Amino acid sequence: MKYFKAVAVMRQLYFSNTTINTNKSYERNVGMEHDFILEARNVTKVYPGGVVANHNVNLQIKKGEIHALVGENGAGKSTLMKMLFGMISPTEGSIIVDGKEMHFSSSKDAIAAGLGMVHQHFMQVPSMTVAENLILGAETGTSIKVDRKKAVEITKELSKNYNLKVDAEEKVQDISLAMRQKLEILKALYRGAHILILDEPTAVLTPQETEELFEQLKLLRDKGHTIIFISHKLNEVKALCSRMTILRDGKTMGTYDIKDLDENEISRLMVGRDVSLDIEKDEADFGKTVFSVKNLMYTDHFGKTKVDDVSFSIKEGQILGVAGIDGNGQSELIEIIVGVLKQQKGSIFINGKDISNASVLKRQESGISHVSEDRMRYGTAPKLSLEDNAISKIYYTDKLKTRGLLDSKKITEFTNKILEEFLVKYDNSKQSISELSGGNVQKVVVGREYDYMPDLLIMNQPTRGIDVGAIEFIRKKIVEMRKNRKAILLVSADLSEILSLSDTIIVMHEGRVVGYIDDVKNTSEKELGLYMLGVKEDTKEHIGGAYSE
Amino acid sequence: MEILRDIFGALSVPDFYFAMFRSATPVLLTTLGAMVASRSGTSNIALEGIMLISAFVGVVVSAFTQSAFVGFLGAVLAGFVISNILAYFVLKLKSNAVISGIAINTLASGGTIFVLYLITGEKGASTSLHSLKLPNVNIPVIQDIPVIGTILSGHHILTYVAFILVIVIWYMFKYTRLGMHIRAVGESPEAAESVGISVQKVKYIALVISGILTGMSGAFLSMGYVGLFSSGMTAGRGYIALATQAIAAGNAVIGMFASLIFGFCSSLANYLQSSGIPLQFIQLMPYLIIIIVYTWYCAMVERNKLKRQMNNAKKGETHVK
Amino acid sequence: MNKKFTAVRLACAFAIAILLTVIIIFSISNEPGTAIYNLFLGPLQSKRHLFDVFASSIPLMFTGLALGLVFKSGNFSMIADASLYTGGVIAAAIAIMIPLPMIIHPIVIFIVAALIGGVIGSIPAILKVKFKANELVTSLMFNYVFFYLGIYTVNRFFVDREAGTFASLKYSPTATLGNMLSGTKLHWGFVIAIVVVILLYLLVYKTKFGYEIRISGSNPEFAKYSGINTSRVIILTQVIAGAVAGLGGAVEQLGMYQRFNWQDSPSYAWDGVIIAILSGNNPKFVPFAAFFLAYIRVGADLMSRRSDVQNELVSIVQAVLILFITAERFMAGWKQRQEAKKVLKEEA
Repeated sequence: MKYFKAVAVMRQLYFSNTTINTNKSYERNVGMEHDFILEARNVTKVYPGGVVANHNVNLQIKKGEIHALVGENGAGKSTLMKMLFGMISPTEGSIIVDGKEMHFSSSKDAIAAGLGMVHQHFMQVPSMTVAENLILGAETGTSIKVDRKKAVEITKELSKNYNLKVDAEEKVQDISLAMRQKLEILKALYRGAHILILDEPTAVLTPQETEELFEQLKLLRDKGHTIIFISHKLNEVKALCSRMTILRDGKTMGTYDIKDLDENEISRLMVGRDVSLDIEKDEADFGKTVFSVKNLMYTDHFGKTKVDDVSFSIKEGQILGVAGIDGNGQSELIEIIVGVLKQQKGSIFINGKDISNASVLKRQESGISHVSEDRMRYGTAPKLSLEDNAISKIYYTDKLKTRGLLDSKKITEFTNKILEEFLVKYDNSKQSISELSGGNVQKVVVGREYDYMPDLLIMNQPTRGIDVGAIEFIRKKIVEMRKNRKAILLVSADLSEILSLSDTIIVMHEGRVVGYIDDVKNTSEKELGLYMLGVKEDTKEHIGGAYSE
Repeated sequence: MEILRDIFGALSVPDFYFAMFRSATPVLLTTLGAMVASRSGTSNIALEGIMLISAFVGVVVSAFTQSAFVGFLGAVLAGFVISNILAYFVLKLKSNAVISGIAINTLASGGTIFVLYLITGEKGASTSLHSLKLPNVNIPVIQDIPVIGTILSGHHILTYVAFILVIVIWYMFKYTRLGMHIRAVGESPEAAESVGISVQKVKYIALVISGILTGMSGAFLSMGYVGLFSSGMTAGRGYIALATQAIAAGNAVIGMFASLIFGFCSSLANYLQSSGIPLQFIQLMPYLIIIIVYTWYCAMVERNKLKRQMNNAKKGETHVK
Repeated sequence: MNKKFTAVRLACAFAIAILLTVIIIFSISNEPGTAIYNLFLGPLQSKRHLFDVFASSIPLMFTGLALGLVFKSGNFSMIADASLYTGGVIAAAIAIMIPLPMIIHPIVIFIVAALIGGVIGSIPAILKVKFKANELVTSLMFNYVFFYLGIYTVNRFFVDREAGTFASLKYSPTATLGNMLSGTKLHWGFVIAIVVVILLYLLVYKTKFGYEIRISGSNPEFAKYSGINTSRVIILTQVIAGAVAGLGGAVEQLGMYQRFNWQDSPSYAWDGVIIAILSGNNPKFVPFAAFFLAYIRVGADLMSRRSDVQNELVSIVQAVLILFITAERFMAGWKQRQEAKKVLKEEA
């Protein structure tokens, strides 16, 4: 059965190959046809727990276009695309393919309806070859003998037709990320997809590879395929897409022809906020330099440079904001500073002491506290008690001991002090931390790191995914830390947070610092957005201002 | 020196190699079983227990039906049933696979004695049961070739089955749809699920295959050369299979060689019993050698991984410049 | 909610195990009443039997502690078996071959047995840290290696050739542990076991290293971010676990035996798995779990002596208990319904 499907695909291929010229004329007609191939009508998704990820979202995709879906992290892009691909079902609203309303119960149904998805994390089996991955689940041959030769042939054929070069017989673990991505596209095509959804496909690519991908996507479009391109990189969207739909806070901000909008407008639509939480803070009064990093470089084991020559310093009483869209090297930068990731080049200093090669513990003892971006994975032991999670910073010190042993009374007192001071809602200090809400867990973590009274406090996405009350509280605590003359490194994808808290800001884009802002008061989110999207870049000299001895 | 002479003496006897294949057989069957489970992503610690129960059931059923073949089917069915129980707990109730495996081994070591006593009134061995053995097979033509005939012909039927199964399992992973699905499920379940493969179902099938193969191995133990069941007769072969399958890294042919290493050591141990080497050193040798080979294998894997990462990182650096 | 759920689930697992036991007994026994009575109440019939339970719980406490500690650190080594057996051999060797005065003699034995047990325990851990060799696989193999080494040692140096079966020469009376209560098997090893329980409890819950064990075992990533050296934790925990098991082997030999006759490796290490699970890897609860298992063991012995049901029935009970207690989704439906009910009630 599956074999026949593959054959059908092949036929389709040959067909499309011969009709390539007519396709072009067809494309010209697209603008006039108001027939949508894929539609989401007033789609709402409410997750268990009451989070509204999509609210009356509308999306209309024309046949044969490359349509951009843009928005910040958390704007609801991935929820929308998961619904389109049948991975989750909408709470309200409908999804329409080719004029027919669809009720996908799994991705399988979506695939059958002609949808294909290129996930950000490739769905591939590393030890299998490219061809094997291509046919997996829809194998050629019989169940007794999978026809590998045929698989390789099909791979080569598809690869040739769509100009997506892959080595059919290489193992996936040995090929580059760019090739893995092509394989992912081919997989969708092999399964008969004519609507492709690509989820931030360029995140793992170098600029050259990105350019190549765009050529290939255009070719696909010319062959009659429809592509939804999810991104938040404006230059890419402009280079590739004809229309775009903007999402913000789970709502559609409208669908536009790309040529009708300039970057400023897009930026405003994407990042503009209705409410911004006001924070009161004193005038800046910096002291001596507490912390600095110089020329940090890190290339991961896939060969992608994640942190590219980053230098900055932070003084007493200064909050340095690191802005940027997720995945532009911020995580790696923090991991290097904390000591769990080793930089290839560059140095790190705290209070004049070189800690470039020090252990995690040594760095903590030199005065670093760190609130990690993923509190459940890196910041807590979810199954253990509030007490166990509260003392991780000082468990080895004499503070909690009586006659050489940890004193449970002191631990409880210490924990309760933090819980009270940070207004954590809890039953008792011995309950496991996973029973608390996200905001309360984060308060415990921040409380623990705050209590350490570090010279440098690193806050990585400190308010992600928590309630408004907790957000406000944690921001106040950050300002309090500043008042205590501490140096604070604030990493956040939330622009209003960065703008309202920071004294100075650096913006990261693709591992590099592309902007340095020392006049935060007169900077708008829109301007910041331009840096983040890679549209604007400061001069090297200006960026150098972020670092001082 | 004398030891070396003894070793060479043993190595020059054809019977030595015959014994090597014989000792390798149960480990090989279990290794294949462990491999199928492991490639689907479940480490099947219960092999030891499944083997023991199958050995026991084979003897009892053959004694009562007076048919060796039905006894064999009984042993295989036992492997099937126990692996179903394991699969139910591990896949459905999400028990820890290792701990459930240990539970099944506990059940097997006590349970077999318990039932043995019920049937025979003895706890040590099934001597009073008139159980049957599966036959040995002489291969025409080959049996007449000197030396080679002695080594390769006249083995227990399950020895031949085991070596045929090496090819079958190798073929299964390499060529069949099921084999591909098992590999995919074990290696990246999300990828498998995303292309419509049912992870639970594939894992279940793999566990059951593993149980059936191990059931055969149990039948070999009690219906092969000895022809009786004795308590704890598996003597850790199920655990050895875990090590040999780890060395094999999913390749049935390497698994065969790893099992043959064990067979070689056991056979050598038998031959050296009359030499000056203390018996216990000889007995521990197979285990020790398996540890060494396994550790060496792990070290190589680790080294290659680091190398690859370093190469990639270097490529990246030059790429950036 | 979670605690209540755990308790209910535990009770259900016990209920299933007991029910199954009763069903088996009724279906095979001609005197089910006697069998059931002796299994469940036998140990309470006399002081002697009750103290036998305490005596039998001693080695179980040691292995339960050892396994619990290893599990707590997130590892899966069964090397406690080798450590325990070798500990027994060491005890026999020193008790037979090195003359020492009273009190000093067992103390020296305990120290050496614990040291060697610890060294043995470290091997799979080191192989794991250095070569990424799975500790379960290597430990299972090493168990056989050390078992044969032990047999060799006994055979070569202090076997009693006069004895009909495998047995060593008699231990020097200066080495053996006296009985705590005459007329029972309960020996001073019980006190040592309790002391080790207390020490391990303090280690796990009251020291810096214990904290590191718990964090590493619960979330290794968090441990790394907290500056904990997880490799060191893996090795040291298994050294301590090995030492506890080695000490357990020595205590058992000096407390219960006059000569070394472990022809097969005793199953205490495997019993340790269920003790560890029943105690939730908390040393505090180990004596109770060990008492429970020892109780049904002694009960089963009485049952097999006084009725037609054999004591191996216990291993069936044991297996069923382990299976159901560790089954994460066992009764998950019940939990969900309870939770839903609670939420609905709050809303009402």
